[in-house]
Amino acid sequence: MNTPRVCFTALLFGWFTLLSCALEARTLDTIVIDQGGRNPIKIGVVPMRMDATLASMVDPAEIVGNDLTFSGQFAPIARDNMLSMPARPEEVIFRDWRILGAEYVVVGQTAREPTGSLAVTFFLFDVPGQRQIMTQKVTGRADQWRDIAHKVSDLVYEKITGVRGAFSTRIAYVLAQNEGTTRARYSIEMSDADGERSRTIYSSSEPLMSVSWSPDARRIAYVSFETRRPSIVIQDVTTLARERIAAFTGINSAPMFSPDGRQLAMVLSRDGNPEIYLMNLSDRTLRRLTRNPAIDTEPSWSPDGKRIIFTSDRGGKPQVYSLELATNFEERVTFQGDYNARARMLDDGNLVFVHRNAGIFHIAWQDMRRDRVVVLTRTNLDESPSVAPNGAMLMYATQARGKGILGVVSIDGSVKYELPSSSGDVREPAWSPFMEPLAGR
Amino acid sequence: MFTERLTNLIAIALVGLVLTGCAGKKSQPTDAGADTVSAAPTTTPIESAPPADFGADGQPIDPRTGGPLNRTFYFDYDKSDLRPADLAVLEIHAQLLSRNTGKTVVIEGHCDERGTREYNLALGERRANAVKSFLTSAGVAASQIESVSYGEERAEDPGHDESAWSRNRRAIVTYR
Repeated sequence: MNTPRVCFTALLFGWFTLLSCALEARTLDTIVIDQGGRNPIKIGVVPMRMDATLASMVDPAEIVGNDLTFSGQFAPIARDNMLSMPARPEEVIFRDWRILGAEYVVVGQTAREPTGSLAVTFFLFDVPGQRQIMTQKVTGRADQWRDIAHKVSDLVYEKITGVRGAFSTRIAYVLAQNEGTTRARYSIEMSDADGERSRTIYSSSEPLMSVSWSPDARRIAYVSFETRRPSIVIQDVTTLARERIAAFTGINSAPMFSPDGRQLAMVLSRDGNPEIYLMNLSDRTLRRLTRNPAIDTEPSWSPDGKRIIFTSDRGGKPQVYSLELATNFEERVTFQGDYNARARMLDDGNLVFVHRNAGIFHIAWQDMRRDRVVVLTRTNLDESPSVAPNGAMLMYATQARGKGILGVVSIDGSVKYELPSSSGDVREPAWSPFMEPLAGR
Repeated sequence: MFTERLTNLIAIALVGLVLTGCAGKKSQPTDAGADTVSAAPTTTPIESAPPADFGADGQPIDPRTGGPLNRTFYFDYDKSDLRPADLAVLEIHAQLLSRNTGKTVVIEGHCDERGTREYNLALGERRANAVKSFLTSAGVAASQIESVSYGEERAEDPGHDESAWSRNRRAIVTYR
């Protein structure tokens, strides 16, 4: 397909990125591995005219350019190649962008409002049509500067593709440091979807795993070994208040919030064998879903909340099954390969899951209707796929250079980038639902 | 598959019984713990100081060598069957626990990194339970045994090759 090429965005986008990395501890790096190729849309994201009092801030155009690049659907034009740097509509010369093959151009400026809040006003142009197709002002507090830029990305992306942008989302993941030593440290980290602005939600000397988000993106559920046995904890990501909600004998694991947020699917082995349960979060009652001497685990919900997709080795090897909640009707849904597990269902009913082929673990996509399996990743030991709320990308965990890193791949497999951490091994990414960080100011 | 597992379990149980029988005929080291006075009616107190069952670290001593008794048992890839070579040592653990009813053990089950984390958590529990089943079928009270799975979360060897993986697929018996 494409010649794999590696470029450090930090080098591309200069000292601003380096500065922000230095200021924000434990930020994930970004390395583009394979940059699209299926005719990405050429777009000019012009450096914004910065208000004098905001000169030390990152140019939002850099953040927007990065976001659009990582989507795989856009190829922003390098700044050095730009023939002009307009910041206002009347300064845009369409010929300058036609020559470069740009289909769209984004220009804008930043300002400090009398109220103290910061604003980005931007204009989106259709170059072949020679017309302005969007004018927006996005405002926020100084600590929301990156949120403002991601919001611009969301608006531009949606205007051009018709699909809601997912750049204002977050990811939660597990960071492991000094693993295998007596100084081992595990933490749940939360960062922007582009890996920036990471912060620690919870830290422990015992392992942590299986992070998942509530549908309102206010809470996460995960498995903690802090009591030296696996138990399920729900934590508020704003107040950081924690509550242990399942600590039965045996395994308490694989929590997944229902789409309406009222129930938590989980795995308990309190009756002697791992089975799938639903916990009603208002009264903590449990409903057992599976009854099988095999391993039943890794429940996830269909987007309509009517079915549970799970992993079972009842047929001898791990395969993905579906259970209809109204009838308890169970059926196997994966058939290619001898190891298919930890499936997530997309809004269109298709699945992504961990798929073993010739001993190698990849992330695969399966069309539910046609039973077509497409392997999306090329690395080994790939696991924990988590789909962006707009369904365009998925994040997963893999190994590179002896370290656990996060990877991102577009759902069509055309774009790949990596998010390693200089702090340790990172894994088990959980992509948040849609959120509006700028709302409710 | 289930019946196969059941058959295995019965086979393990039988081996356990046979070994218990053999051990019973030999001059069995007596209970050293003063706080766990002969719960088993077959043991007869001997005047001379018997060999200690446990070392200073609280972990068991191998009566055959006088050194530490092996507490780590390895498994094949994606399997939770005990290896035949480990059964003799597990039988010694069963005897120790049967005559030291005040002692409890935690059995940790672990996996290598291949496969999904949650599936491995379940597989690790199967491995811990394989050891637990052997011990209980050999006469140890279930209340003396606690099993916990760490899945692939606590690798002994951080490597990413077969030698590391084979060291990580294990169950560890720790005395409390």
